[in-house]
Amino acid sequence: MSISFNLNGKQVSATAEADTPLLWVIRDELGLSGTKFGCGAGLCGACTVHLDGAATRSCLLKLSDVAGKKVATIESLSHDNSHVLQRAWIAHDVPQCGYCQSGQLMSAAALLSTNHNPSDADIDNAMSGNICRCGTYVRIRAAIHSAATELRRNGGKGASK
Amino acid sequence: MTSRRNFLKSTAALGAGMVLGLYVPLSRAEAKLAGAEHVSNVWLRIAEDNSMTVVCARSEMGQGVYTALPMLLAEELNVDVRSLKVEIAPAAPAYINALLGAQCTGGSSSVRDAWVTLRTGGAQARMMLVAAAAQRWQVDAAQCRAENGKVVGPAGQSASYGQLAQAASQLPVPAAVALKDARDYTQIGKPTKRLDTPAKVNGSARFGIDVTLPGMVYASLEQCPVIGGKVRGFDAAAAKAMPGVIDVVQVRDGVAVVATSYWRAFKARQTLKIDWDEGPGAALSDKTMMEAIIGTAANMTPNDVRINIASTGDAAMALQGAARTLTAEYRSPLLAHATMEPQNFTADVANGKCRMIGPTQYQAGVVGDVAAALGFKPEDVSVETTFLGGGFGRRVESDVAVQAAQISQAVGKPVKLVWTREDDTRHDFYRPQAYHRLAAGLDAAGTPVGATFEVTSQSPTQRLFGLPKDKMDPYMVEGAVVSYDIPHSRQDVISHDAGLRVGYWRSVSNALNAFANESFFDELAHAAGKDPYIYRQALLSKQPRLARVMGLAAQKANWGKPPAKGRARGIAVLEAYGSYLAQVVEISRRDGEITVHHVVVAADVGQMINPDTVEAQVQSSIAYGLSAALGSEITLENGRVQQANFDSYPVLRMSQMPKVDVIIVKNVETPGGIGEPVTALVGPAVANAIFALTGKRVRRMPFSADNIAAA
Repeated sequence: MSISFNLNGKQVSATAEADTPLLWVIRDELGLSGTKFGCGAGLCGACTVHLDGAATRSCLLKLSDVAGKKVATIESLSHDNSHVLQRAWIAHDVPQCGYCQSGQLMSAAALLSTNHNPSDADIDNAMSGNICRCGTYVRIRAAIHSAATELRRNGGKGASK
Repeated sequence: MTSRRNFLKSTAALGAGMVLGLYVPLSRAEAKLAGAEHVSNVWLRIAEDNSMTVVCARSEMGQGVYTALPMLLAEELNVDVRSLKVEIAPAAPAYINALLGAQCTGGSSSVRDAWVTLRTGGAQARMMLVAAAAQRWQVDAAQCRAENGKVVGPAGQSASYGQLAQAASQLPVPAAVALKDARDYTQIGKPTKRLDTPAKVNGSARFGIDVTLPGMVYASLEQCPVIGGKVRGFDAAAAKAMPGVIDVVQVRDGVAVVATSYWRAFKARQTLKIDWDEGPGAALSDKTMMEAIIGTAANMTPNDVRINIASTGDAAMALQGAARTLTAEYRSPLLAHATMEPQNFTADVANGKCRMIGPTQYQAGVVGDVAAALGFKPEDVSVETTFLGGGFGRRVESDVAVQAAQISQAVGKPVKLVWTREDDTRHDFYRPQAYHRLAAGLDAAGTPVGATFEVTSQSPTQRLFGLPKDKMDPYMVEGAVVSYDIPHSRQDVISHDAGLRVGYWRSVSNALNAFANESFFDELAHAAGKDPYIYRQALLSKQPRLARVMGLAAQKANWGKPPAKGRARGIAVLEAYGSYLAQVVEISRRDGEITVHHVVVAADVGQMINPDTVEAQVQSSIAYGLSAALGSEITLENGRVQQANFDSYPVLRMSQMPKVDVIIVKNVETPGGIGEPVTALVGPAVANAIFALTGKRVRRMPFSADNIAAA
C-alpha cells in the first residue's frame, strides 16, 4: 500500500508504514536529505517543512497525515540559491555548522509568506522553535530583516514558490 | 611538537598536473595510530585545465576552517580562494595537527597550526610554477610574476598554472621561502564569504547523517541506561518479527537493530528486552560525585593526584601577612555538548577493509579505535570526513564510529548508525564537574599581595590520550594562572576520577577556571571597595593587550555610566589560545530568572584570517556560553542521566539571544585561536552582573532561579 502526496510540486507516493514520520519518509525513502533530524520531538525545528504552506515539524507528522496534501522542503526554495531568503543568508554569511539552517530557512519562509514587515518580536515568535547550537541567531535575525526589506521593495516577489 | 621538522616533496599527479605535499615525519606510535600511509599526502592539486583543489586538513564544524585554511594557501599562491575547490582530508600522517600531535580538530588550534605551513606550501607551489615558466621562456624567474592563476613573463608571455603544473612538479622544491609581509596581503585579514555557505542554504551540504552507500542498511542502538553497563543477555524475538528488520546484533556498547530504514530500526528497537549488567556506574549520582570531589580537596585518596601548576614567590606567607584574606569556593556541573546533528557514523566493512564515513573531529582516533575493535590493521581502515553538524569536543570521541563498524562487520553490509537525541544526551562524554577553592590576601589598600588557586576536577586526557595519572593534564589547567600582577601566587590541580567518563567541551578547562578566577577577582574588587573594571585595570599594567581589550569593551558597554533601572553589568577578561578577550554583559532579573540583554566582546586575536569568521565565532561562543550559564545541567540518579531532549536540557533560543557587539583589534601579531575562548567568559561575566544587580554572589553554575535564591 502506498500513500500519495505533493512534494515540492510533484506528486509522489511512499510505501513506508503509515505511522512513519514524514521526516524519515522524505529522507530515507524519497531521498531528499536537506530536511534534518534533530530531536524527534518537535523541540528543535531542524526538520521544519511546509504543510499546505504552514511551517510544521516533519518529525511529528505521520505519513498518513500528509496523504493528498502539499509538502515543501528546503529543496523547494531553490537549487541555485535564488530565493530571497537564501540570498539574504548568503549576504549575511549566516550558517556555521549549517545543520539547523534548512529548518531555520523554512520557518523564516513561512513567516515572510504572511508578514513582509516582521518586528523583532515577530521573528522571535516565528523562530524560537528553531534551535541553533552555533548561535547564528544574530545573523538569522539580520538576514530575515534584509529579506523582508527586499520583499517590500519588490512587492512580495521571491517570497515563495 | 611545533619543532617537528616539516619537509616538502612533490610528485607528478596521476600523469597530469602537480601535486604538492608537505610530509610530516612521525614517531612510530603516531604513524601506527594515524595509519593509512598509502594515502597520498597533498595540500594542492593543479589540473591541466587550471582547476585547483586545496585539501582542508581540519574538520569543518561551523568554525570556518573550510574557508580560512584555503585562504592561507591562496594568499601565497596568488589565486582567489573562491576559485579553489576544497576537499576535506582523508586520515593520513601528512595531516597531523602539530599543536595536538594527531590528526584532530580542537583546541582552537587549526589556524595556529596551519599559519606557517599552508602559507609556505602556497609560496613553494607559486615559486615552482614561476620557475617552470622561466625555463619555458628562457628568462630569469625574477622577471616573471604569478598572479590570478597564471604566470606572466617580461615580454608579456602568459601561461596558466595548469599549463605549467606538469613541468613545475619536476622541479626541486625551494628550501628558502620568503613569505609575504602582512601589508601585502590581498586576502588574509579581509572579510571573505564562507565557501561552504551556498551548500548550507539549499539542503545540499552533506553531513554524516546524509551519507548513503549502495546496499546500505540502517541501525538503531540500545545502550545501557547506565554508561559503561554491559549486555548480559537479550530477547529480540519481537524485534525480528517487525517489518523491515534484517538482524539484531550485540556489539560492545549494546544491542543494535538493523533494518531497511532508520524508522523501522528505531521502532523495532523499542521492543528489545535486554538484561543489563549495569556495573559500578549504577551507584553514581551527580550530588554524591560533587560531594566526593569536595571531600577530595581535604582528604585525598590514593587514586587522587595533586600537582602544582605554577608558583610565584611565597603565596602562603603573603596570605599570612595580608591585612585581610578572602576565600571562596565555586562549583561547576556536568554538561552535555548537544550538537544539533545527533551522533552518527556510516561504516562499510568488507573484504578485510573498513571504510568509515562520518562527522569526526579526530580522524586518527577513528582509525585507531575502529582498527582495534575490529582486529584490523590501521592501514585497512579509511576515514572520509563529512561536514559536522556541530562538534564542540563531542566528536573527538570515536564511540559511535566503533559501534557502526562493529554492526557493519556483524551484518556484512554497509550500515548507517544514527542515535536519537535522547541517546545523544544520555551517552555523552560530559564536561567534568569542577570544584574550586580560591584564597587571596589584600593589603590595606585592597590590592592583592598573594593568591592561591586550587581546582579539583577530572582529566579527559587520561582516558582519551592515555595521559599518565601523575602527569599534569594541560586541559585541566587552562586559565588557572591569571594575567593579573600578583607578587605571590600558587596554583594547584587535583585530578580526581569521579567514576563517569568525561570529555572536552568547548573552551575545555578555560570555562571552569575562568568562572572561578574571574568571579573571585570581582569579589576582591568589591571587598576592596573598588569598581571591578578599575580594580582589574590596575592589575593589568604589564598586560597591554588584555588591558586594551578590556578598555574597549568597557567603553562600548558604557561602563561607568549607570545602566537603565533594573539592569546591571558584569565584566570578565581572559587570555586563552593566544587571544586576548574581554566581555561586558548587561542583565536584568524577573521572577528569579536572568535575562541577558547586551553582550560586548572586545577581542585581540592577532592577525585575523577572515574577520567575518572571527566575529561569527564570538557570537557563537556567547550563545554556547549562555546556554550553560542560564540553565543547562546534566544530573545523574542511580547512574542514569536525568535529561533526555531539549525540554529537559534547555539551550539558548532566538528569543533569549542578546544584542551583541564585537570589537576586533586589528594587528599583525601571530594568530591566536577564537573558536572557543569567548565561551569561557560568559559564566563569570553573568555571575558578576548578578552580584551587581542583586548583591548575591552565585558561586555555582548554572545561574538558575534556584541557584540564585540559594546563594
